[in-house]
Amino acid sequence: MSQAGYNFAYLDEHTKRMIRRALLKAVAIPGYQVPFGSREMPLPYGWGTGGIQVTAAIIGRDDVLKVIDQGSDDTTNAVNIRSFFARVAGVATTERTREATLIQTRHRIPETPLAAGQVIVFQVPIPEPLRWLEPRETETRSLHALADYGLMNVKLYEDIVRHGRIATTYDYPVEVNGRYLMRPSPIPKFDNPKMHRNPALQLFGAGREKRVYAVPPWTDVRSLDFEDHPFAIERWDHACGLCGASDSYLDELITDDAGTRLHVCSDTEYCAARRAAGHQGDAP
Amino acid sequence: MSPDALMSVRQLSAAYGRQLACREISFELYPGEVICLVGESGSGKSTLLNTLAHRHRPASGEVIYRHARLGPVSLGALDEARLRELWRTDWGFVRQNPRDGLRMRISAGGNIGERLMALGERHYGRLRETAVEWLRLVEIDPQRIDDRPDTFSGGMQQRLQIARNLVTRPRLVFMDEPTSGLDVSVQARFLDLLRRLVAEMGLSVVLVTHDLGVARLLGHRILVMKEGQIVEQGLTDQVLDDPQHPYTQLLVTSVLAA
Ligand SMILES: Nc1ncnc2c1ncn2[C@@H]1O[C@H](COP(=O)(O)OP(=O)(O)O)[C@@H](O)[C@H]1O
Ligand SMILES: [Mg+2]
Repeated sequence: MSQAGYNFAYLDEHTKRMIRRALLKAVAIPGYQVPFGSREMPLPYGWGTGGIQVTAAIIGRDDVLKVIDQGSDDTTNAVNIRSFFARVAGVATTERTREATLIQTRHRIPETPLAAGQVIVFQVPIPEPLRWLEPRETETRSLHALADYGLMNVKLYEDIVRHGRIATTYDYPVEVNGRYLMRPSPIPKFDNPKMHRNPALQLFGAGREKRVYAVPPWTDVRSLDFEDHPFAIERWDHACGLCGASDSYLDELITDDAGTRLHVCSDTEYCAARRAAGHQGDAP
Repeated sequence: MSPDALMSVRQLSAAYGRQLACREISFELYPGEVICLVGESGSGKSTLLNTLAHRHRPASGEVIYRHARLGPVSLGALDEARLRELWRTDWGFVRQNPRDGLRMRISAGGNIGERLMALGERHYGRLRETAVEWLRLVEIDPQRIDDRPDTFSGGMQQRLQIARNLVTRPRLVFMDEPTSGLDVSVQARFLDLLRRLVAEMGLSVVLVTHDLGVARLLGHRILVMKEGQIVEQGLTDQVLDDPQHPYTQLLVTSVLAA
């Protein structure tokens, strides 16, 4: 099956099995960080080696792969990862969320709701939500083991002290399945509610720190907050200038030397699909 | 264990590797009682304190604690989760160096609120109210609620440590030389405050000090330690005014001479 120097989806079968075992454990214990023996990948850390290894371990010949970076299918990073898998696994690729069976992402969850049977793989730079206050790994492990999570609310408390509100806007901490505290990776908090009871399987891979974790389909995911400062997602006064969507995460672009601002969907495929369906924004 | 004791220490020994630092310590602590551990540097006071709280596991012997829900329990038999629960609710631990007892990067209010948040308090407004109340109780200007402790004086830092520990209304507080980093002028005020809070809250305290003046002011009873052993124990005034053991006599006279 594997020729010398070549193996389907780059990783050798032994490594894939090892990662799959870690993933099975991760699925069995939602939100729990499972260590795995990370391999050297043909990309430097910080470019999504954790996500790529997870994708490589689970991708099959029939999969249809979509890769996004900051909501876009066209960034260098997204294009590179997509063509990497097209080459080493020979799989079909797509930009359409609905057509994909497997989505690897950095920094966003697509606006198009995911469906049962789909898998989304997040690239994770720092997996440990308690790291900011507790540098010792042995200590964070026992904090998780005992569900001793008061520290995380101390961080949100300090946010309100300094900014008058919870100012954390991305990588916003969540509690998974009423048990484990989890970092959702640097997605905007706008995407946090999408994780809650999502019909798709959500997998998270951190390459440098050699951890995987998972949110199985339909699992409860709750964003931490205070009763009198409840979690809320970003809102905009504008709709998307291109497609008119008022329910999507918007990026702000400066379009000319005069500083003209344009708000557009960060999810480029969502935006394009809406325009193709005849929706229009008010951008000139 | 005596029927009204809060904690009963039985033949407790502690070691670092094979080196014994405390040997066969036995005593009982009663509700509302302040016991001072005195003795020269290296005599094993801090080790005993940490071993009582089971932050350091005993080499032998045991500590029986009258748990609020479970009744008398041997601390060695409690699992890690139960012990931690004691550490952050029913007990306090005030350290000599405020850097070890406070979170320096977190505001004063956050330091006070941490234990409450660990217990599940999720109302920002109530956390603020409680923090203000406790800042007042420890004589820190409530205006400083959002300032970090590294902008506080040494005396304020120690008072903040007290507030951070007492906010959950513990029954037992361990203190390791809480005044030794303070100027003499600041010490008196701190000790007054401590004495008042201990009396008002009916706290049991085990306090380590090498300052017999502190023991005289706060302690109901004194345990004198030398080379890991208790060489003399009794009511504070009795031990200080009429020391029996030659080592205690030496300690008392050297203080008088100083
Ligand atoms: N972490 C440690 N490792 C090894 N030996 C220690 C440690 N801490 C204290 N000791 C030794 O144990 C003895 C008692 O120390 P300690 O309890 O700190 O005394 P005290 O608080 O009375 O000054 C001393 O001989 C000290 O050197
Ligand atoms: Mg000491």
